Amino acid sequence: MEEAAAEQKYNFDVVRWFAVMTAVYLVVGALVGVYIASELAWPVLNFDSPYLSFGRLRPLHTNAVIFAYGGCILMATAFYTVQRTCAVRLWSDKMAWFTFIGWNLIIVSAVITLPLGITQSKEYAELEWPIDLGIAVVWLSFMFNFLMTIATRKTSHIYVSNWFFMGMMIMITILHVVNSAAIPVGLFKSYSAYSGVQDAMIQWWWGHNAVGFYLTAGFLGIMYYFVPKQANRPVFSYRLSVIHFWALMFGYVWLGAHHLQYTALPDWTGSLGAAVSIAMIIPSWGGAVNGMMTLSGAWDKLRNDYVLRFLIMSLAFYAMSTFEGPIMSIKTVNALSHYTDWTIGHVHSGALGWVAMVGIGALYHMMPKIFHTPMYSQALINAHFWTATIGTVIYVVAMWVSGIMQGLMWRAYDDYGTLAYTFAESVEAMHPYYAMRAIGGGIFLFGAILMLFNIIMTVLKAKSQGSIKAAQSAAVTA
Amino acid sequence: MSENTQPTGLQDRAERNVWLFAFLTFLTVSVAGLVEIVPLFYLDSAMPAKNIPGVVWDRGDKALADWKEGDGVRPLKPLELAGRDIYQREGCYLCHSQMIRPFRDEKERYGHYSLASESMYDHPFQWGSKRTGPDIARLGGKYSDEWHIAHLIAPRSVVPESVMPNYPWFMENTVDGEEIKAHMRGLRIVGVPYTDADIETASEITGKTEMDAMVAYLQVLGTMVKFQEGVTYRE
Repeated sequence: MEEAAAEQKYNFDVVRWFAVMTAVYLVVGALVGVYIASELAWPVLNFDSPYLSFGRLRPLHTNAVIFAYGGCILMATAFYTVQRTCAVRLWSDKMAWFTFIGWNLIIVSAVITLPLGITQSKEYAELEWPIDLGIAVVWLSFMFNFLMTIATRKTSHIYVSNWFFMGMMIMITILHVVNSAAIPVGLFKSYSAYSGVQDAMIQWWWGHNAVGFYLTAGFLGIMYYFVPKQANRPVFSYRLSVIHFWALMFGYVWLGAHHLQYTALPDWTGSLGAAVSIAMIIPSWGGAVNGMMTLSGAWDKLRNDYVLRFLIMSLAFYAMSTFEGPIMSIKTVNALSHYTDWTIGHVHSGALGWVAMVGIGALYHMMPKIFHTPMYSQALINAHFWTATIGTVIYVVAMWVSGIMQGLMWRAYDDYGTLAYTFAESVEAMHPYYAMRAIGGGIFLFGAILMLFNIIMTVLKAKSQGSIKAAQSAAVTA
Repeated sequence: MSENTQPTGLQDRAERNVWLFAFLTFLTVSVAGLVEIVPLFYLDSAMPAKNIPGVVWDRGDKALADWKEGDGVRPLKPLELAGRDIYQREGCYLCHSQMIRPFRDEKERYGHYSLASESMYDHPFQWGSKRTGPDIARLGGKYSDEWHIAHLIAPRSVVPESVMPNYPWFMENTVDGEEIKAHMRGLRIVGVPYTDADIETASEITGKTEMDAMVAYLQVLGTMVKFQEGVTYRE
């Protein structure tokens, strides 16, 4: 009864709560996403209501998927894996509950304040200063508990997944503190401490490293535990993981400047950002290869292991996005792609394909182990895999086409040397792709709903069987 | 695997000591910010045009009201600031950029490329990252006030292809001068040179509609600097 022993030794209670909330927030975040995508296709859906208008709901979508879904799966997996890889219970159960309750209160406050238009108007850092203070406290409690658990570990070396979680926690702390610095002028209003060009650089240093550390390093931490576990094989190469970890930590931080090519940011800064961006293909692919090759000799497992399918598909999308990103940071490409839907497509191939899928795979892996009963339905997992994949592909293709088309229309000239299209004509041309994007997102959302249903049914099953209580009271030989 | 999977040297020590690992990580992630961001606060190349006459308003003892179009970049007047607050609140920056790049098509579509100095008083910057709608860095003076009002109430009444939301509530809501005073005082702390007299003038805007504020803000965008032929504002 290995799992019963784990149940008694570790704190899985807080992991269970984070795990279920992950599934809830994925549905909420994707639902808001599909809604605002539909607003761009059919603007009547704004309903002349301030609380439903695109500009207020878009930050709700990004915050819900990044900080609610992303935060909950990161905290669920970090707490789950740190205990198992360190062979020790969480340093503080109370602090872990503080993290859970605090993080969810922050999410609730975001859901209330963003539609009310209470915002700092910095992308992915919209929440106003009192909430920012709350985020800092809760995040530090998460980090401190995690570090102390490692410090009290029973193993000699720190396992690689924990390096990535640590990297994320440290960098996000720095980014959040620096980028959110602001002068409050009321309970619900503040102004950034920085202005203009400096503010732009700091914002995108934050913006790209929210991607680089929160959505990449953190989720690589997930990958390094769950891919080897699900495949039942050791990580392909220890040496590769060392090299790509330090390269990622050092290199990612430079990339923010590539969001500001050809703007009023000094040229040297943008070029430096682009140069390092291109070099980042190597460490990024190092991680992707290390994950995928862990399966070498066991590829046949993909035939009937649906959870492994999610994990491997996520690595394929990760490899694709981390190739596309450097390409888009090249100045000549960026001149076309910047300000267009191509960026949105790129983000979603990473967000849906990599971040969501690797998290979903980890969640499906954890569920039976923390609820001590098999998933309610394997067929639904398979259905979720296909809806998630097809939805993502439709979304990304729609945005590639619309983005490149926009970029080309804006710079097109007619035979007389005048601009060929008005801006409004380019907006009109986007309509079919915006509709297609909403459909792709809708298919992805449907998959997320299947997962939520599957997870709720599994929880109910565990409850009626009393499987958690049984595991807690089972006799285990130490 | 036949490869050596045992760490050695510093890596080995770090993998045995979480605090050393965390410290090394901290050092590693700090380098880029020190190289890319810190210099922007003191290098002249961050704001190359700021000393060219007519780019930044040389105010002297003058009041905000004495500023004339083309005198150079100045802090926003109270009603314009109220408009900018609304612009932030509604998330306009998510679909409209305020940053024109130095390309032929952007010059013809939007006007002269943007200067860093033009957003020197913008806390936070509003350059944007996406053009679902057009760039509006030089929107000021392109359309009449009446056009803006009609457009903000119902964008598709003047631009049928538009996907912008309607903002009918701008006509009903009013702005509060006392609140804007507090906002101006806050901005002064982070470096926007408002005088006490400037802040006092905010009393006058109480009772104006949000629509008045929005139109005032949109009409000042890009009008502060009068660009001269033959002057290089950026390398």
